[in-house]
Parts: sequence; structure tokens; C-alpha cells
Amino acid sequence: MSMVNLVVQGVLLGGYYALLACGLSLMFGVMRIINLAHGDLAILAAFLVFSISDYASISPFLALVAVVPIMAAVGWLLQRGILERSLRSGVLVPLLATFGLSIAIENLLFEAYGADTRSLGDMIGDLAFDSLEVNSHLSISYVAALIFALAVALLGGLSLFLKRTSLGRAIRATAEDPDTAELVGVNARAVYAIAAAIAVATVAIAGAMLAMRATFDSYTGPMQLIFAFEAVVIGGIGSLWGTLIGGIVLGLAQSIGAAFNPRWFLLAGHLTFLAVLGLRMLREWTRSRGGLRSALGLGG
Amino acid sequence: MSLLEVVRLDVRHGLLQAVREVSFSIDEGEIVALVGANGAGKSTLLRAIAGAHAPASGAVVFDGADVTALRAHQRVAQGIALVPEGRRLFASMTVEENLQVAMRVGRSGHWTIDAVMELFPMLRARKDALTGNLSGGERQAAAIGRALITNPRLVLLDEVSLGLAPVVIEQLYRSMRALLEGGATLVLVEQELSRALSVATRVMCMLEGRIVLDSPAAGVTRDQVVDAYFGLHRTGNASRGAA
Repeated sequence: MSMVNLVVQGVLLGGYYALLACGLSLMFGVMRIINLAHGDLAILAAFLVFSISDYASISPFLALVAVVPIMAAVGWLLQRGILERSLRSGVLVPLLATFGLSIAIENLLFEAYGADTRSLGDMIGDLAFDSLEVNSHLSISYVAALIFALAVALLGGLSLFLKRTSLGRAIRATAEDPDTAELVGVNARAVYAIAAAIAVATVAIAGAMLAMRATFDSYTGPMQLIFAFEAVVIGGIGSLWGTLIGGIVLGLAQSIGAAFNPRWFLLAGHLTFLAVLGLRMLREWTRSRGGLRSALGLGG
Repeated sequence: MSLLEVVRLDVRHGLLQAVREVSFSIDEGEIVALVGANGAGKSTLLRAIAGAHAPASGAVVFDGADVTALRAHQRVAQGIALVPEGRRLFASMTVEENLQVAMRVGRSGHWTIDAVMELFPMLRARKDALTGNLSGGERQAAAIGRALITNPRLVLLDEVSLGLAPVVIEQLYRSMRALLEGGATLVLVEQELSRALSVATRVMCMLEGRIVLDSPAAGVTRDQVVDAYFGLHRTGNASRGAA
């Protein structure tokens, strides 16, 4: 496998992780909630797309158009019904609430769909396996390219939305200081619910893309949560462009790790995540002690 | 009819009672200086009027309607604006963005971004600066501007001069003269007594959660306010009572 191919495939895979992490990053950035049901919501969306396109015999892409608003409504209800209440009781309760929700979604999906592994790959025809042959060493899968483009468009679009629109500014203001946002006339609770709706709508897109490029079952969610979480942390919390970079770094690490030994695929990603986290903690630690030299006791 | 009426308002921070059965009313066009020592309950009272802190009992009536059950953003829509203690600007946003957030309320009136820049010319050059990078005076100006842009009928100004150099305070008040003399209704918490007395039409002094002095600014001497401020008249009474 050539080096160029390795990097290209890693970056494309990173696009999927960025797409997946987008909603998690937004929810953490705005509401300071780590949504542990994030991966399961993606799988829920994947099953919904699967069911609708199976039942109505339509393309999964069309089904996704219906599922995105459904999942946005799920996000809105999740915030109004569960997260808003749990946020009032401190930082730990939302974590527990979403953990419980995660288990509930997994088992409900298992109840409804059984243990079969599914994929949307066979519903999208040639797109599932077609690729652009650049040369004998490098071919780019159309699905992977589509996912990467979606990730860039979604993260870029959301960044612009937050920066340029009135609602976007209200979301940023509320993210920074909800009490003061209320004092200048922003309905902080409504803004939170809108942000949750947007976040879960992006999760729907990510879930559908997962289902097109790979397989899924009722219990695929937690692994997706870990990938999304790693991408968010590597990219720096609260930055959407950072999340894109984080996803790409994670994808590159996995693909390069797998080139050395196929079993190192996951390990390389996790180690990169830990290394970034460790470096960041070291930086905080040295900064609080006036720089690396004085922290290590070297000179004044 | 008075613009604001506060009726037997009790506000608590947990077990601590910060405001005790406070009642007063404010007419349109009054400029009230609210003075008192640290911890007297001034900020808590303002926050309760603005809806940022729910009272334990009592009522806030604004323009004839009971707003006690309304949340802060709904009271802003009714025309109550608070400039909070410590400015509390959105530090990761520019001056202009801070003002734009407040424009979402959609109350029409004199105050636009341009009108705020007119009032505080120092903000014009800093329009695109992050508010986290502003000087103290610029921050206070931006915070006042952000409250004004909601086109309020009642402005609550908490600790205007806190942490600012005298020359900066002087500049701020000079800028605000148009506002103060233009018929706005204001409640102003100001530590500097002589300044409070010079701009206000009425003085209220709080002590341990109660209003112990409420008088037209013209009819009160600095010494009377100082006595109320430290509760001297009360200890005077108490010692006479014990004698």
C-alpha cells in the first residue's frame, strides 16, 4: 500500500469521524453536556432510514430526508424532556441520564430489529462499491468521498451559521453565559432546545452514512460514541473546525496504524487520543507552574 | 400610575435573606440612586426586578402588570433591562455581536447600534474587537449599550464605576449625560456617593436587605445618606431605647 493511498484513505475515514462528531461537539460546546447516547442515536437514525427505504422501496437518501427532521424533533424532545431537567441537578446527572438513554435505545432497537447485522450498502446500488481509480495505487471510493464532502459542508455550514446569523449569535451567547443571555432577551431554554435539535439532526446524517459505508446492529452505538468523543477531544472542545481536524487525525492514525499491523487499527487511534490528551494536560500543568523549565526545576 | 412597583419583596440566597420585605415604586422619568454597603442587597434587588433571581415572596409589577412569574428574557421584552455587575459581556464575541444579540428582542425605539456608538464614541473604533480584549471603561460602555439596544423603559445599572479609574468614570458619565437628562427611567447602583447624589433625582439607601432611606435627592444631605449607609441613625435610636 502506497503512502499516498494511506494518507488519502485516512483523511477520508476522518471525514466520517468528523461528521459523526459534529453533533457531539455542538452539544458539548453549547450545553456542556456529553451526550453518552450520541452513538445510539446515530444507530437509531440508521435503522429508521433502513426501515423507511425498505418499507417504501425508496432510496436511502430520500429516506434520510424524512429522518433528519424526525431526529431533529427527537433532539428537541430530548432537551426539553430529559436534559433540561437533569441540567438543574448538576453536571453528573445529565451524564447518567444520557447513559440510561443509551441503554434504553440499544435494547429497544434489539427488541424491534433483533440481532441481525444490517447495511444500507445493498440499497444504494453501484455507489456502494464504485470508486474513482486515480492510478494503480490509489482509488477513492465514492461513498467515502461523499461522506468527506458532507462533513466539510456540514461543519463549515454550521460554523457560518453560528458566526453570521442572528440565531447563531444567540446560540453562541447562550453557550458562553446563559444567565446573561436571558438578561439581554434571549430565551436560553429555547436556544438550548434548538441547538439539541440541530445536533441530533446531524447525528441522523452520520448514522445514515455509517450504514452506507459499513454494517450496523443494535449495539454498534457505543463504539461510534468513542470515535466521536476522540475526534472532539483531539480537535479541541468547542471548535467545529477543530472537530474536522480531530476526525482527520483520528482517521489518519487508524489507517497508518493498520498499515503496520491490521490489529493496530483501533489501538493506534486510541493511543493518539491519549497522547493528545496527555500533551494537553502536560501543557496545563507546566503553564500553571510558569513554563516547562521552572516546572521541572531547571533554572529560575 | 408608577412604572415599577415592588411589593413586599423577599429574596434569598439559600438560607441567607438578602432582601427583606422591600416595597417601593418608581415613576417614569425618575433617576434613582440605590446606595448601600457591600452585601446590603442592592444587586440582589436589581436581579430580582430583572428576573434573574426568583424572589421567595412578594411581587414585581411593571407598567401595571404583575411580571413576578415572567422569566428574565420575557421581562426584557416588556422593557426592563439590567446592566449586570461585572459587565458580563460575551467575551468571545465582538462588541458589535454583543449588541446584535440584544437586538433580537425586537423592541423598536431610539436605540440602534449607531445610536449606541453615538453615545459612546469610544466603541466605534472597537466595533470588531472581542469584548474580552477591551479596557474596563470600554467594557462598561459596551454593557450599557447592550442593555440600551433592547430599548428599555426601565434601565437597572449595577455598579457602573466598579473597578474603573476616576478619569474613565468621568468620561462614562459625561457620555451618559444625554441619557440621564433625556427622560429615561433609571435605577443606578453607584458606590461614589457624591456622584450618585449629583445625577439622581431620588436616593434610596439599603442596609441589611431593607430600604432605610428613600428621599428626593435635592432634599437630602450627604451626611444623612452616610448615616443611613452605616446604620448610624438606627444604633442611635437603639441606644436611646436602651437608656
